[in-house]
Amino acid sequence: MSSETREVIHDQHTHPSNKFYLYIGALLIGLTVLEVFGYLGEVNDVYPAGTAALIIGVLSAVKFILVVMFYMHLKFDSKVFTGIFVFPALLGTLVIVGLFMLFHVLPALLNQGHDICCP
Amino acid sequence: MASTATVATAPHVAAHHGPTGLWSWVTTVDHKRIGIMYGVVSFIWFLVGGLEALVVRAQLAVPNNDLVSAEFYNQLFTTHAVTMVFLALMPLTAAFFNFLVPLQIGARDVAFPRLNALSFWVFFFGSLYLNSSFLLALVPGVGPQAPNGGWFAYPPVTTLAYNPGLNMDFYVLGLQIIGLSSIIASLNFIITIINLRAPGMRLMRMPIFTWMVLVTNVLIVTALAVFTIASTQLMFDRLFGSVFYDAARSGADPLLWQHLFWMFGHPEVYILILPIMGMVSEVLPTFSRKPLFGYNVMVFSGILIGWLGWGVWSHHMFAVGLGPIADTFFALGTMLIAIPTGIKIFNWLGTMWGGAIRFTTAMLFAVAFIGMFTIGGISGVMHSVAPADLQQTDTYFVVAHLHYVFFGGTVIGLWSGMYYWYPKVFGRLLDEKLGLVHFWMTLVGMNLTFFPMHFLGLYGMPRRIFTYADNMGFNEMNMLATIGSFMIGLGTLVFAFNLFTAWKRGKIAGPNPWGAATLEWSIPSPPPEYNFRELPVVRSRMPLWEGDPTKEGGIPHGRRDEDTDDVTLGGAKVATMEYPDDESKMSAHDLGIHLPPPSYWPIVLALGITMVFGMLIFRNVDGALHNLWMGSIAGILLTVYSIYRWAFEPGHGH
Amino acid sequence: MDHSHAMAGHAAHPAHIDTSTGLDSRKMAFWGFIGSECLLFGSLIGTYMAYKGKSINGPYPHPGIVDGKEVEGILNIPLTTASTFILLMSSVAMVLALNYTQRGERSRAFTWLLLTAFLGSIFLGCQVYEFTHFVHEGLGLGTNLFSSSFYLLTGFHGAHVTVGVIYLITLAFLVRAGKIPPEKALNVEIAGLYWHFVDVIWIVIFPLVYLIK
Repeated sequence: MSSETREVIHDQHTHPSNKFYLYIGALLIGLTVLEVFGYLGEVNDVYPAGTAALIIGVLSAVKFILVVMFYMHLKFDSKVFTGIFVFPALLGTLVIVGLFMLFHVLPALLNQGHDICCP
Repeated sequence: MASTATVATAPHVAAHHGPTGLWSWVTTVDHKRIGIMYGVVSFIWFLVGGLEALVVRAQLAVPNNDLVSAEFYNQLFTTHAVTMVFLALMPLTAAFFNFLVPLQIGARDVAFPRLNALSFWVFFFGSLYLNSSFLLALVPGVGPQAPNGGWFAYPPVTTLAYNPGLNMDFYVLGLQIIGLSSIIASLNFIITIINLRAPGMRLMRMPIFTWMVLVTNVLIVTALAVFTIASTQLMFDRLFGSVFYDAARSGADPLLWQHLFWMFGHPEVYILILPIMGMVSEVLPTFSRKPLFGYNVMVFSGILIGWLGWGVWSHHMFAVGLGPIADTFFALGTMLIAIPTGIKIFNWLGTMWGGAIRFTTAMLFAVAFIGMFTIGGISGVMHSVAPADLQQTDTYFVVAHLHYVFFGGTVIGLWSGMYYWYPKVFGRLLDEKLGLVHFWMTLVGMNLTFFPMHFLGLYGMPRRIFTYADNMGFNEMNMLATIGSFMIGLGTLVFAFNLFTAWKRGKIAGPNPWGAATLEWSIPSPPPEYNFRELPVVRSRMPLWEGDPTKEGGIPHGRRDEDTDDVTLGGAKVATMEYPDDESKMSAHDLGIHLPPPSYWPIVLALGITMVFGMLIFRNVDGALHNLWMGSIAGILLTVYSIYRWAFEPGHGH
Repeated sequence: MDHSHAMAGHAAHPAHIDTSTGLDSRKMAFWGFIGSECLLFGSLIGTYMAYKGKSINGPYPHPGIVDGKEVEGILNIPLTTASTFILLMSSVAMVLALNYTQRGERSRAFTWLLLTAFLGSIFLGCQVYEFTHFVHEGLGLGTNLFSSSFYLLTGFHGAHVTVGVIYLITLAFLVRAGKIPPEKALNVEIAGLYWHFVDVIWIVIFPLVYLIK
């Protein structure tokens, strides 16, 4: 009756220890170091800017996910919190990607004379 | 005939509503009182916005008119829109959210009562701040300095270079304050709906209005943040010298503002219509004596509209030259949104089909909503065809479309909700005869005003012009529109009169005058301070329509004869209203119910927040008053202090 | 993954929360607030990205060639890399502080909360130094599109860090005074969510502004 809708989330007692958090912290430092190397690689012409952007982007995405999932405890908490976070985070990403497309990608396509509409 | 039908209160015994007096209202954290305050204040702003519109229409009644100057005309159409969107319609829906949501879900209050009060006071001070711009007309040699760059405030015309007065400073600062109010409130409602439902009220058992409130508030909490940044950037440009929109100095792109604004602006229109769709979805079943047709589909289409609404913003920008790829993408998205919207229309029709329809004023407005909103939707689909929109943009065709959806949709739906729920809020029914007058004047008036505008637009009359030449073929239709607008004005005055007089002199309503199905109708009107004496256990979507009305002890559905207190269903008497001598006159304390105590920190914090933004306007004032801008820093200190005192306030502890 | 339980007496979660989801309303509201902040910073970052590379006059962020001439980049990558590390370390300090609070170890929680705030202040100090240096080099708020979008974006972030530092110092003293026992650890947990989110935003800003050209 009342329990059919009261989904009482019994707390899972999955409290990671200090050691675990320090391990994640070390990972984060390592990833940042790699990010900076990614930058330096482009500066020293080891690879082009596009590749650098990709490398750095992936690394920072991993850092983002690590902090949100473990430091902000999202992996161990109720999925409700994940939903509340992921939806606006996706929207925010849409805003960034949308503006980037509208101000850089599409004008570049137009300038290169891509006449998409009429065969 | 044994009457087991019991009613929660005796109308002749006043239920306990809490303390009285001005201070009790200033410090209240009760969602019902906050809802009433939102409603009263926003209705007044609605009248102000309507007045602004009437002056606009008076100016446009004849060609080459000089009732107002071009500059003042700019202020009028700008403030008309800003007032209507931000100070009237959004807060009116907030009034309904506040009063109804806890009642509909079987809760005692919202999740964060003090935050709720804060939202109201921030809105209140912000609305005063924005309109104080008009008061500068009282300063000799200054004239009114109300916002004048359109509600959409496109740069460069709104940058300091082209708009050196204080007008747009009031705009950015005032709307920052008001935006904050909305964001705070939306978090409150989202958590309330997710977390404070009565036992048994699964999400898919919630009243449809509450569902739409949830979707709307998710839209608010996301879209307002984007507008905050857009206006922050304009604020920094105007007050601190940045160059986000200053094309001449920095090569800035005016389109950046347009994208950011419409990323907010398009979800905003769904913020304004989804709650109304929820309201109408409650009114129609009650007066058709039939459950809502296709509840699940209605919920999902509401969610879909909210989600898709984020992908169509540039349909406001078809004429700026985005290129075929962008135009196509946004045109397709706009057309797609018509689908869930159309689904709702058919579901409303399906609700009424085969029902026992009773045309109360609330029902009349609800049915009119369907018709008027459909017309607005059709012109919207016409807009979605990007090539056609190239001609329609910036003409009166758009004015026609937006007023059919905003007035024919939001306003008419709101009035339906007012007639429906006023008895619950104040315990008295609005007068139905005056309601009929209001209805017909509004319906005829709005069509007379806005239908000709479709033609005016297609004939080429631009928007936002303070007058037009004599030989353009615009004369007759503009005169018609003006006449219609004054008809709307008169009808609205009748409504205001009704609202005011029914408050003390209307027919006593009792808990469920309409025989409706949702939880708010199971408690006295007006509800006692604590809402529910015992929190209900919910077993269905329509708790008051379940089971045998003569046996279950719920409120019987059927008609209540006001003279004999008989309840009839299909002509046969099924029960008699009973008014047991009950405990609704007992206070919450007597019943052992703990309610959050009142607090003055919300209003103090609201003052601090208003000062933080409001005082910054002096940065654009020369002379002795310039240094007053540092009052903003005093505002920051007051804000921080108030937050600390709030956090440590006893009685609200955690 | 070492899921060792805390010592006995750790009752960090109050028994049976009386809400429809069983979850605490304040924590839920705070995640909602974080969601709104995603849109806030998303718009700021989006503005920065829209204007990236479009300034019509210097100083410019990265070294490059403008109008056939070589220009210097004003951004100081080594300094910002260092401050990024510091902010990351402050997040580590924050989780430890929360752990100690949940276990009722008041003085350790106090220390680590203060340490978090301290590291955050160092980050802020680096930013203040950076901004001051930039202004001396001729990069004011209204100098070009880069300056406006850069200062607003990183300034907003810095303001959030500042609020966080004040928040954490307040909590530190409350914890030390015993006002935040394990049952009330949610207060520190929420501050932790705020702090980590501010760090997460920097995780996005740092590469987009400083590392990617």
